[in-house]
Amino acid sequence: MRPSKAAGTVSGSAAAQSQQQVPAVQLHNAGVDFGDRTLWNGLDLDVRPGEFIAVLGPNGSGKTTLLKVLLGMQRLTSGTAQIAGKPVGHGSPDVGVIPQQRPLPEGTPLRARDLVAQGIDGRRWGPRWLDPQRRQTQERVDALLEKVGASDYAERPVWMLSGGEQQRLRAAQALATDPALLLCDEPLLSLDVAHQEDITNLIASQAKQENTAVLFVTHEINPVLPHVDRVLYLAGGRFRIGTPEEVITTESLSDLFGRPVDVVRVGDRVAILGGEDHVHHDHDHGHSHGEAAR
Amino acid sequence: MNAVNAVIGTDLWGRVFSFQDYGELLGLLWPSLGAGAVLGVVGGVIGVVVMARDMGFAVHGISELSFAGASAALLLGFDVVTGSVVGSILAALVLGLLGSGARERNAITGVLMPFGLGLGILFLSLYEGRSANKFGLLTGQIVAVDGDKVVTMVAGAIVVLTGLAIIWRPLMFSSTDPWVAVARGVPQRTLSVVFVVLLGLAVAMAIQIVGALLVLSLLITPAAAALHLTSRPGKAVLLSVVFAVVSVVGGIMLALAGSLPVSPYVTTLSFAIWLVARAVGGRRERRGSGGGRVSGGRGAGSTAPGAVSAGLSQAASG
Repeated sequence: MRPSKAAGTVSGSAAAQSQQQVPAVQLHNAGVDFGDRTLWNGLDLDVRPGEFIAVLGPNGSGKTTLLKVLLGMQRLTSGTAQIAGKPVGHGSPDVGVIPQQRPLPEGTPLRARDLVAQGIDGRRWGPRWLDPQRRQTQERVDALLEKVGASDYAERPVWMLSGGEQQRLRAAQALATDPALLLCDEPLLSLDVAHQEDITNLIASQAKQENTAVLFVTHEINPVLPHVDRVLYLAGGRFRIGTPEEVITTESLSDLFGRPVDVVRVGDRVAILGGEDHVHHDHDHGHSHGEAAR
Repeated sequence: MNAVNAVIGTDLWGRVFSFQDYGELLGLLWPSLGAGAVLGVVGGVIGVVVMARDMGFAVHGISELSFAGASAALLLGFDVVTGSVVGSILAALVLGLLGSGARERNAITGVLMPFGLGLGILFLSLYEGRSANKFGLLTGQIVAVDGDKVVTMVAGAIVVLTGLAIIWRPLMFSSTDPWVAVARGVPQRTLSVVFVVLLGLAVAMAIQIVGALLVLSLLITPAAAALHLTSRPGKAVLLSVVFAVVSVVGGIMLALAGSLPVSPYVTTLSFAIWLVARAVGGRRERRGSGGGRVSGGRGAGSTAPGAVSAGLSQAASG
């Protein structure tokens, strides 16, 4: 069922046994500089398996860079980063990624099930019809589609699906290898409120079930708040880590930003005023994605 | 008046279609048909990837540089196929190494393309041999295909198809969501360079039959037609290959019957196939017909005040 894990190193089985104890993510005194500009530094963070962490902060505070560090696409200037007890590598099956919703162009030659299958065998060489494991792949795809409630449109072209349906498929794709860590890069962007809650519920419940840790980068605090164990708030080269009650307060954020920031609670919803929230996030993200693809 | 028109009409018709000594011609020109079929297979397969990676413009750019290479070879007395392969691969490498994003790639293509075409025209103007050779590079030729060339084409096809088969899955993965693919360990950079070189080879082959200006009719049109009819990756490749082979082989067979270059026949066939595919595909379910399913099922029960309006706006846009 987990073909990519079976292909691990010799010490892989020992590591898997102790995975319950080993933190999903361990950042120790981690820092990233771009030239003379410090993005963040001195970051210590242990993420337990199954823990859901929201990564918040204004544009340019280094949220996406943090994800890139954990994907091995950005080097730390200082400190160390480990995932499931192993140093960060290039493209490990231990890490799943859910990107932001980006409409797939009309005519893209993929059905829903093909998109999910890419999460399982997308990095293997050769065409699928020559792959001796193609039966297992198909079964795994069916199971994943079922899991995210996408079986109804398994055979439909991906580009005909709504943004919410596409994000379900991307979630299934990211969960395909039973990763220890799920990195979500603004997966709610350009979805309407109903779909935002829908997708967040899906990601959170799957992660709890599989004991997968989640780092959820987002500008939309409210859909994720019910699921969040801890918040990592980045701003101006500094950060705060703690429960939402500790971090998302007027005092704590004013201190972090070094200027007055107001946290307003209306019912069970939160608004952060003066924290540069909900502003300009679209092009900020388009930009960082371009960098990531390089 | 009518009589004059009729005379011109039959004369024109005779130039476009003439089936005198057809069997004999067919016997003589089997290498062209073989080369055409091989080219159809290559164009059909690679076209699907070109569509998935949105690289149509790059194909056009590569073909102009390939044309420049071929005309330089013609002028200097080297082998024309070698010249066009060299031109293609150089262009492909420039695109693969410099143009990582679609935007950059389009800009570089836009810069390279007129330069390549200009160089090609310069070399052809300096060339003093047969003018049919000159024209053929731009608009295609069939008589120039001999047994040797067929062997070259088959060898090129084997390289391109084998290469594509090996990198197929990672390549398609990185076409869908580059970042996710990189995160999964797909060597995206290397893949895109390898792909663009294979594309360069395919373009150089296509130029030998349909000419530099009309390469797109084999590398884009059949795949575009196939993608109107299916989204199954395997079926798309199969249909695209069938369409491309029918276009080239059919085009060559029709061209034998007239005195015009092969390319108008090939492009007309592939365009006609695309039109039919589009018409048939248009009757399939269109985008949005099932788009509201998730919001319809779950949004209704949501407590969020935005759910109702969101559902409405989705219904309106769908």
